[in-house]
Amino acid sequence: MKFGKLTRHLGLAVVAVFVVAACGSSPSNSSASCSESTAKTATSASSCGGIDALVAAAKAEGKLNVIALPRDWANYGAILDGFTAKYGIQITSDNPTGSSQDEVDAVKNLKTSSRAPDVLDVGQAVALANTSLYAAYKVQTWDDILASQKDSTGLWYMDYGGYMSIGYDSSKVPAITSVDDLLKSAFHGKVALNGDPTKANAALNGVMMANLAEGGTLDDISKGVDFFHRLKQAGNLVPVQATTATVKNGTTPVVFDWDYLSAAHGTDVPTWKVFDPNNAIIGGFYNQAINKNAPHPAAARLFEEYLYSDEGQNLWLKGLARPVRMAAMQQKGTIDAAAAAKLPQVTGTPKFLSDTQATAANTYLAAHWPGI
Amino acid sequence: MTAAGNPALAITAGRPKEGGRRFSLDWLGTVPFLAYVAVFLFLPTLIIVAGAFVSADGGVTLGNFSAVTRSFVVRAALNSMLISLVTAVIGAALGAILTYAIALGSPNSVLRRMVTSACGVLAQFGGVTLAFAFLATIGPAGFVYVMLKDHGIDFYGNGYWIYDIRGLEVVYLYFQIPLMVLVFLPAVDGIKPQWREATESLGGNSWHYWRYVAGPLLFPAFLGGTLLLFANSFSAFATANALINQGGIILPQQISNYVSSETGGADAGVAQALAVLMIVIVTLVTVVYSLLQRRTSRWLQ
Repeated sequence: MKFGKLTRHLGLAVVAVFVVAACGSSPSNSSASCSESTAKTATSASSCGGIDALVAAAKAEGKLNVIALPRDWANYGAILDGFTAKYGIQITSDNPTGSSQDEVDAVKNLKTSSRAPDVLDVGQAVALANTSLYAAYKVQTWDDILASQKDSTGLWYMDYGGYMSIGYDSSKVPAITSVDDLLKSAFHGKVALNGDPTKANAALNGVMMANLAEGGTLDDISKGVDFFHRLKQAGNLVPVQATTATVKNGTTPVVFDWDYLSAAHGTDVPTWKVFDPNNAIIGGFYNQAINKNAPHPAAARLFEEYLYSDEGQNLWLKGLARPVRMAAMQQKGTIDAAAAAKLPQVTGTPKFLSDTQATAANTYLAAHWPGI
Repeated sequence: MTAAGNPALAITAGRPKEGGRRFSLDWLGTVPFLAYVAVFLFLPTLIIVAGAFVSADGGVTLGNFSAVTRSFVVRAALNSMLISLVTAVIGAALGAILTYAIALGSPNSVLRRMVTSACGVLAQFGGVTLAFAFLATIGPAGFVYVMLKDHGIDFYGNGYWIYDIRGLEVVYLYFQIPLMVLVFLPAVDGIKPQWREATESLGGNSWHYWRYVAGPLLFPAFLGGTLLLFANSFSAFATANALINQGGIILPQQISNYVSSETGGADAGVAQALAVLMIVIVTLVTVVYSLLQRRTSRWLQ
């Protein structure tokens, strides 16, 4: 504890030095510049003196720390390279295979260290549980993000994701056109979830999708549990957790999973198809957030601007993930049409679980799922 | 090697000549073992036991143990005990028969050596690999099942029992039977042929021999082996989790849910409370096992 206090004091001292230095040097800069202290609290590019000033400040910092971004996940490799090529800012990519919780732990442990992550890419539950760690910031394309997909003050904002889907091997089962099809005898011993819904987020959303398809609401998941009960009674539910291995060897020829993960099974099983039920589109997105103690505050903000630019969004799309501004970009015609055509087709308005709805669903599942 | 050959050793080893009690350094050899056990067994156990009494806000509480009365936890605990009991009894019975069969043969026969070394390997073969091996062979999409089905044999005619508790028991027996062979073989080997001859020369038949000589001698070892099998299957997790992932049907799966649920169900205190209960049960079983082992070894030296 003593040590923790000491480092915190040191951190404060470092910040103080920076503030003093920034104040001392500010008179010599032009009005359009973005000083370190301004960048640290800037909630938009304009409050930093405009996007050009932000770019200049980020270039002056010259570095950016990211964490838990695998190069082969949602095309992040190309995104990181693209950012460095465009702005000449060196990226330190730490712990690429880490989890959302690892990212948050790094922010907490490294505090104001120069090695602390500047930006985060975290799942919804982790994003909502740690809002005190973020700096509010609204990218220039903020208005393109639906209100249900961002924090109104800009603490976090969804970045990319997909919809819950039913993936299936069309050589083993008939084509699926509705969730109820799965109750038919052709699906005997063939339908699986990606995990236990009391534990895994993907599985919980799978049950929620069935729930919406059966006429349930986001607030009450009971009809989804009923559906899986009937599925089990029919002998169609396989209790094995679907993985690449079980899909490959045919143990789980029908799988509830995120469409961007499910689509990847196509490389192992060429007859793999992905179906998104139109009456039950439930979305799952990751979220961006800026560390409030970011060692490179201007570069962190510029990175967000890059991610939410048409260029950044299209790069995610090439990784089969749906960028959050996709609908807006389709209207404006700035979407990469070739990449978009490769995604599973959906029509209808996607729904998203709020924090309270997710908690209610989990409470119901904890009590009722073991009895299905 | 004698100390005389090494002057340095001669000095240290030669000191206590007065006949006083020499301070023994024998225990030094056990230090690495004790240190290992302390760090990897006692310390984690201590952390779990302490954590079981801590509430989410850091206070001392007994509240974590109230989770034990939740219906799905009770069901998982009963399932765990039932699976362990069934696989322990069946595994011990089949294992004992196999043990007796190989003990009857020559002690140096190739068959015996093959069986015992196979048992040594298979007793440790569990987890995701084992579950997947079963799915890939006799699972509903497994090649053995598909081949048999093509020839008119459908052992899943009444439903996919492999995904049920029964299926789990079959998979568990795969490592339970070999384990029984390993722990029971020394006891069976201890039975001397002269005892049978003595029985016969006193006019006893086979029934008398088993009822009054070999039976009472082997029974504690058999019971001890059964208990060990019970503890072995009671604490198994990965195999069951890979085969039946839905519903948290056994206690270790419930613990795993409380440890790492990413949907908001995580509660470290409850997980530790459930772990403490498992530790208590396994400890009891292990203590009784070692008492029975001691009784067995008294006779079968």
